Amino acid sequence: METLLEKKIYSTTPFVSGKWETEINVRDFIQKNYTLYEGDSEFLAPATEGTKKLWAECMDLFKKERENGGVLDMDTEIVSTITSHGAGYIDKSLETIVGLQTDKPLKRSLQPFGGIRMAEASCHSYGYKVSPEVSEIFTKYRKTHNQGVFDAYTPEMKAARHAAIITGLPDAYGRGRIIGDYRRVALYGIDRLIEDKKEQFASLSGEMRPEKIQLKEEISEQIRALNEMKELGQIYGFDISKPARNAKEAIQWLYFGYLAAVKEQNGAAMSIGRTSTFLDIFIERDLKDGIITESEAQEMIDHFIMKLRLVKFARTPEYNELFSGDPTWVTESIAGVGIDGRPLVTKNSFRYLHTLENLGTSPEPNLTVLWSTKLPHGFKKYCAHISITTSSIQYENDDVMRVTHGDDYAIACCVSSMVVGKEMQFFGARANLAKCLLYAINGGVDERLKTQVGPKYRPITSEYLDFDEVMERYDDMMEWLAGLYVNTLNIIHYMHDKYCYERSQMALHDRDVKRYFATGIAGLSVVADSLSAIKYAKVKTVRDENGIVTDYEIEGDYPKYGNNDDRVDELAVHLVKTFMNKIRKHYTYRNSIPTMSILTITSNVVYGKKTGNTPDGRKAGVPLAPGANPMHGRDSHGAVASLASVAKLPFSDAQDGISNTFSIIPNALGKDEVFMGDLDMDLSLDCGCCEDNIQ
Amino acid sequence: MSEILGNIHSIETCGTVDGPGVRFVVFFQGCPMRCKYCHNPDTWNTTENHTVSVDEILRQYDGVKNFLTNGGLTATGGEPLLQIDFLTELFCRAKEKSIHTALDTSGVLFNPENTTKIDELLKAVDLVMLDIKHIDDTEHKKLTGHSNKNILKFAKYVSDKCIPLWIRHVVVPTITDEERYLRELGKFMASLKTVKALDVLPYHDMAKPKYAQLGIDYPLKDLPPLTKEEALNARGIILEEFGRVRKTK
Repeated sequence: METLLEKKIYSTTPFVSGKWETEINVRDFIQKNYTLYEGDSEFLAPATEGTKKLWAECMDLFKKERENGGVLDMDTEIVSTITSHGAGYIDKSLETIVGLQTDKPLKRSLQPFGGIRMAEASCHSYGYKVSPEVSEIFTKYRKTHNQGVFDAYTPEMKAARHAAIITGLPDAYGRGRIIGDYRRVALYGIDRLIEDKKEQFASLSGEMRPEKIQLKEEISEQIRALNEMKELGQIYGFDISKPARNAKEAIQWLYFGYLAAVKEQNGAAMSIGRTSTFLDIFIERDLKDGIITESEAQEMIDHFIMKLRLVKFARTPEYNELFSGDPTWVTESIAGVGIDGRPLVTKNSFRYLHTLENLGTSPEPNLTVLWSTKLPHGFKKYCAHISITTSSIQYENDDVMRVTHGDDYAIACCVSSMVVGKEMQFFGARANLAKCLLYAINGGVDERLKTQVGPKYRPITSEYLDFDEVMERYDDMMEWLAGLYVNTLNIIHYMHDKYCYERSQMALHDRDVKRYFATGIAGLSVVADSLSAIKYAKVKTVRDENGIVTDYEIEGDYPKYGNNDDRVDELAVHLVKTFMNKIRKHYTYRNSIPTMSILTITSNVVYGKKTGNTPDGRKAGVPLAPGANPMHGRDSHGAVASLASVAKLPFSDAQDGISNTFSIIPNALGKDEVFMGDLDMDLSLDCGCCEDNIQ
Repeated sequence: MSEILGNIHSIETCGTVDGPGVRFVVFFQGCPMRCKYCHNPDTWNTTENHTVSVDEILRQYDGVKNFLTNGGLTATGGEPLLQIDFLTELFCRAKEKSIHTALDTSGVLFNPENTTKIDELLKAVDLVMLDIKHIDDTEHKKLTGHSNKNILKFAKYVSDKCIPLWIRHVVVPTITDEERYLRELGKFMASLKTVKALDVLPYHDMAKPKYAQLGIDYPLKDLPPLTKEEALNARGIILEEFGRVRKTK
C-alpha cells in the first residue's frame, strides 16, 4: 500500500523553454519539445481488458441505436450549453478519459440556436417532440440563425436556393468548419487563457465602429465560454484552470475543450485539429519518468478516440441524405513535416492509427495523414498496413499545403486546411456550375421548374450549340451566379455570428484570426465534358413546347475529362480560374479571404437529382461526379491519366481543397503472389552473361 | 517513309500487374490464339481499328511518367508480335528515352527459321513475360488451337539472348492443374537461364459478360474459378520441381 501511494503521478522534468511560455503559442511548444520517432510499429500495445470491455459496451449501444431506427435517445427539454448537463458516463469504472455531450452516451443534445425548426424536425423525424416551452422561447423570444437569414434573404436568393443552383447552404444548420485550438486548454489551463482574452479585450479601445464593437462583444462571449469550460471540468471532478501536469490530464483537458464545442455547436464539420504530436510530448515525458507504461498510454488514446466516435448530433433525414449518412467530420490531422524539415511523426501518430486495430475500423474520427515524401519509412509502412487492413485513413498532400500554411495547420471537414488557432473559415457549400450552364443556354429559366430563376438574358435559340456563343453566355451567367452566391453567404455568416456564434471554439483562437470565405462548386466534370462536346462534337438541342432546351443529342465523339487530354482538361482549368476570379470581385463578410473548393464527396448525388439533362449526355437526375472526379466511366485510360487530369486544376484557385474520390480493388494494386527472389539467387550462379540487360 | 501506325485496343496508365512497378500498359489489338480461358476476347479481332502513332503513345507516356515509379512500358494485348514493326519502333524509341520495356507475349508467332525481325525487337526489350498456356503440346493445341513447340523454342531463344524472363501460367481446373503438367513446366523452367519470376494466375470467369456482349459462346461454360490456395499449391509444385532439377544439375 505504501509503495502504491508513493507512485509518482506527475513528472518533475521541465519542458524545454521557449516563446510558448510568454505568449499563447502551441506551435512553439511542439517544435521545442516533440520527439521525432523514426522506428516501426513494434512498440505498440494491444487493447487492454478495460478497453475491450468499454468498447464492447459502446458497440452494444450502437447496435441499440440502429435497432431503434438510428437514434437511441434525444433531449427534448434541456437546451445544450457547455454546462447544461450533469456528468455522463459509459462505464465510469473503466473510462480513463471522461465526458459526454449529454448525461447519457448517444443521447442527442437539443441545439436550437441554428434554427428551432431544424431542431423540431430532427426530433419529429425520430418520434420525439421538443418541449413546447423551448419551442416558444426560440420562436417568440430568442431569434435563431435560421430566422435571421430568412429575414434578410432577397426573393432572388430564395428562388436560387429553391431551384438548387446554390445549395447545401448552412442557413438552417450550424456552419461548422471551425477548429478550436483545443491543445491550448491542456498547455495553458483556462485561467491563463482568460487572462489573455482579457488583455485582448482591453486592447480594443478608441473609436467604436461596428467591427470593433462586434469583436469586443465576441471576446466577452469567449471569456464567458472559458469560464463555463472550467465549470464543465468541475462537473466531472477536474480543475482545468491550471495547465495539465501529465499525459492523462493533457488528453482530458484537451477533450474538455472539444466537448464544450460539440455541446454548443451542431456544426456540419466539428474537426478536432492536430493533436497527436502535441499530446505525445506529455506521454513521452511520462513514459521516460516511469509514470505510465506504453499500454497505459495506448489505453488513454483508445479511450479518447472512443469518445470522439461517440459524438453525435440531432439531424433530419434530409440532412443525412445530403451528406449520405450522419457524419460529424471529427477530423484529426496526423504527421506532416515541419518547416525545418523534421517530420512531425511521433509514437503518438502510430497510437492514433493503432486505434483502428484496437477498436476496429471507423469513419470517425476522420484520421487524416498529412502525407509527405519525407515521412519516415516506418511510418509510411504502418500507414500502408493500416490502409490495407482497415481502409480508414484519409491522406492529404502536406508537401502542397505546407507551402501555404506552414506546419501547424489542420484539416477541417475533409479538405479545408487552416492554421490551428489562427485561421478559421466561413463554410459556404456550393454553387452548381452544371445548372448554371443550363441557365446560360435557357436565359435564366430553370430547366426543371420552368420558372425564371436567373436573370432574363437572351437564351440560345440555334438548333446546334455554338461553342463561342455558349461560352459568352456562360460567362455572363457565372458572373451573375458568383455575385448572388457571395451575397447569400454574406447574409448567412453575418447571421451565424449574430445568433449562433461559436464562442467556445473562437475562445481558443487568437484575437485577429484570418478568415477564409469558403465557396465551392459542384459539377466541374459535367461542365468540362459538356463544353468539350459542344466544341469537338456536335450538340443538338431538344426543346419543349415553350422552347426551353430540355435535352441534348450528341453527334460524334469528344475528348472527356479524366484522360489527361489537354483539349478538355484546359476547359476544366479555365472554369475553375474563371469562377474563382468572379468570386474575388465581391465584398466578402468581415473582409474574409475568398477561397473555393471542388469537393462534393456525397452531396453530388442530391445536386444531380436537381439538375436536368446536360450537353455532355448525362441524363437528368443522374449524380454529378464527386468533387473534381471525372464522370463515372468516362476515364478510360486508367487511374494515372485520370489523376493527371485532376492534378492540372490550380490549387491557388481552389485553395479550400480539391477532392478526387478513387476506389480500386486490392488486386489491381499489384500482386503479392509473383514468386521472385529464390529464382534469382539460383540463377546468379550460372548466368554470367546477363550484364547487358541488367538495369 | 510513311509513319507506322499501331492498331491499339486501349491504354492503361496505372498498370500494376503487368511487370515490375507501376507501368504504362499498351494493349495491342488482334491475336492469333483463341485460348479457351481468354479474358480479353475483345482484343482478338484484327480489323477493329483504333490506330495510334508511336509519337502519340510516347507523348501520353510522358504525360504521366512521374507516376510510373520503378515501372515502364508494357506491350500486351492481344498479341503484340502481330504488329512487330510497330512494336519494334515503339520499343526502340522508348529505349532512346531510357524507358524500361516489357513484352507480354504468348510467343506463338516465333519462327526459328526466320529471326531477323525478332532479333531487331529483342535488342530493345528489357523483360519478356512469356505466357506458357500449356506445357503439353497436345493439350496446348486443344486449349489454344496452336502447337507450343515454337513457344518453348522462343523461351529458350530469349534465355539464350540473356534477356530476363518471367514465366506466366494460368492454372485452369481440369485443364492445366494436373500435377504431372505442373512438374513438367517446372522442369522446363529449370532449363532456362534467365527466369526471374514465376507468376501463377488462377483461372477466373470474370470475362463472361464480355463474351456475352460480343455474342461469343463462353468456351469453358460453368468451369469453376481456381481458388487462391489452389493456385499457391500449383505454384509450389512447379517451384519444387524447378528446384529439384536445378540442384541435381
